[in-house]
Amino acid sequence: MKKRSIIPILYILFLMLPIYWLVAMSFKTTQEILGGFSLFPRQWTLASYRTIFTDPTWYWGYINSIAYVSINTVISVTVALPAAYAFSRYRFLGDKQLFFWLLTNRMAPAAVFALPFFQLYSAVGLFDTYWAVALAHCLFNIPLAVWILEGFMGGVPKELDETAFVDGYSFPRFFATIFLPTIKAGVGVAAFFCFMFSWVELLLAKTLTAVYAKPIAATMTKTASSAGYELGLLAAAGTLTIIPGAIVIWFVRNYIAKGFALGRV
Amino acid sequence: MRKVNQKGWLFVLPVLVLVAFNALVPMMTVVNYSVQETFGNNQFFWHGLGWFQDILRSERFHAALGRQFLFTGMILAIEVPLGVIIALSMPRKGFWVPVCLVTMALPMLIPWNVVGAMWNIFTLPDIGLLGYLMNHTLGIDYNMTRSPLAAWVTIITMDVWHWTSLVVLLCYAGLVSIPDAYYQAAKIDGASNWSVFRYIQLPKMKQVLTIAVLLRFMDSFNIYTEPFVLTGGGPGNSTTLLSIDLVKIALGQFDLGPAAAMSLIYFAITLFVSWLFYTLMTRNDAK
Repeated sequence: MKKRSIIPILYILFLMLPIYWLVAMSFKTTQEILGGFSLFPRQWTLASYRTIFTDPTWYWGYINSIAYVSINTVISVTVALPAAYAFSRYRFLGDKQLFFWLLTNRMAPAAVFALPFFQLYSAVGLFDTYWAVALAHCLFNIPLAVWILEGFMGGVPKELDETAFVDGYSFPRFFATIFLPTIKAGVGVAAFFCFMFSWVELLLAKTLTAVYAKPIAATMTKTASSAGYELGLLAAAGTLTIIPGAIVIWFVRNYIAKGFALGRV
Repeated sequence: MRKVNQKGWLFVLPVLVLVAFNALVPMMTVVNYSVQETFGNNQFFWHGLGWFQDILRSERFHAALGRQFLFTGMILAIEVPLGVIIALSMPRKGFWVPVCLVTMALPMLIPWNVVGAMWNIFTLPDIGLLGYLMNHTLGIDYNMTRSPLAAWVTIITMDVWHWTSLVVLLCYAGLVSIPDAYYQAAKIDGASNWSVFRYIQLPKMKQVLTIAVLLRFMDSFNIYTEPFVLTGGGPGNSTTLLSIDLVKIALGQFDLGPAAAMSLIYFAITLFVSWLFYTLMTRNDAK
């Protein structure tokens, strides 16, 4: 191993410490956690996990979260694809302004827009459904998806499009059979970012749901405060929120490394 | 050169409709609140620009804004160089690449309130790993519920822990895309490590760095959930960032008018600074 690999190793150690702490805590009893400091669980227990997997309010939290995150990822990437194509290939009235305006939507302080969002989605009758959260998260995910995909498409030479049209491909057929496979790494990266930001966002998700579509993160805050301070349960639920994300990264890991490289750099 | 083709609008339409629905309607509501006064019962009265004047003159707003700029400034000053250094020293090929990428991306995939709660317990003086080490092993008095300095150190460390990986991943992607021929040419010319960095790696990373800086600026300027869960803005008001203050006014006191005015000012500041970054960092592209 080379000398410089010490930096990533130290950094990864620093990243893993709090995560280790969370995982270790999830196997302890709440009593042990509050009783004092211990690096390893003295008394291994799976009680917290058992609670989560048997109590519907807990496991439905995960199902709800995964449901709206998936819907959001599909919507964001689907509508961002043609838009990114337009931004990278055509010039039209106001395209630059529009592109920057899209970006500005990431800057709206979600904390303040929560109340208007609540009113808006109540008015259209979507309150407490997956669709409300999935659509609301489009506000910050679509601009990002457009941004990333535009970068990738910019890296594909225009001759590809022109050759295909000369060969008599219709636009939809060209897009689906030639263009999309070329930028599939970009689609992977965009989908990953949409998944990530929708999965971790809580404020809007919590505001727009009450019972039926409540995300896991909201379940955690509520249960933890009403049933005393159940640290073990909180830690176990927190540990489980990492898993879907970790699975997704594992699948897109090659795209992340190679994918970005094909893009606009 | 890109073709002029107004058909582009058609392609952008779905994005426009979805984002506008989410952005314009709530934005109009906020603008509406910001110029009105209410005494409850859904009755509103025209108030003009009074709220804006009040906010712009209030010491509380200035203090929160100052803390916000301090926080974001420190975040950018630490995370961007650190991210670049880590990306430069990461392996380029082999088994360790996916391992590094996956472990580094992990913190970003934890829901924000879980991050806050996790760090809260992690830093507790007697039962948390970090708190215990600091207090009992190193003998440093470290308690973020009492000392503003400790609270600031914790918040900054938490954010560095959470988001440096974003900079690393973006920069790494930029670095991987540099063809080997560039390095070989530099080697033949006898370029030093520094000039390789300055004239090959940095220019190649510029575009991804722009994205990284902009994203980090926007997100750290609007940060809410993590510091709120971690410190609740305390001790005292020492870590009350702009968004925390805003929510206190909007939902705590239900002062919709001032809160709306404040959020519009907040939004305008974010917009202006982002635009500044964007223009500065993309200025030389045309040359």
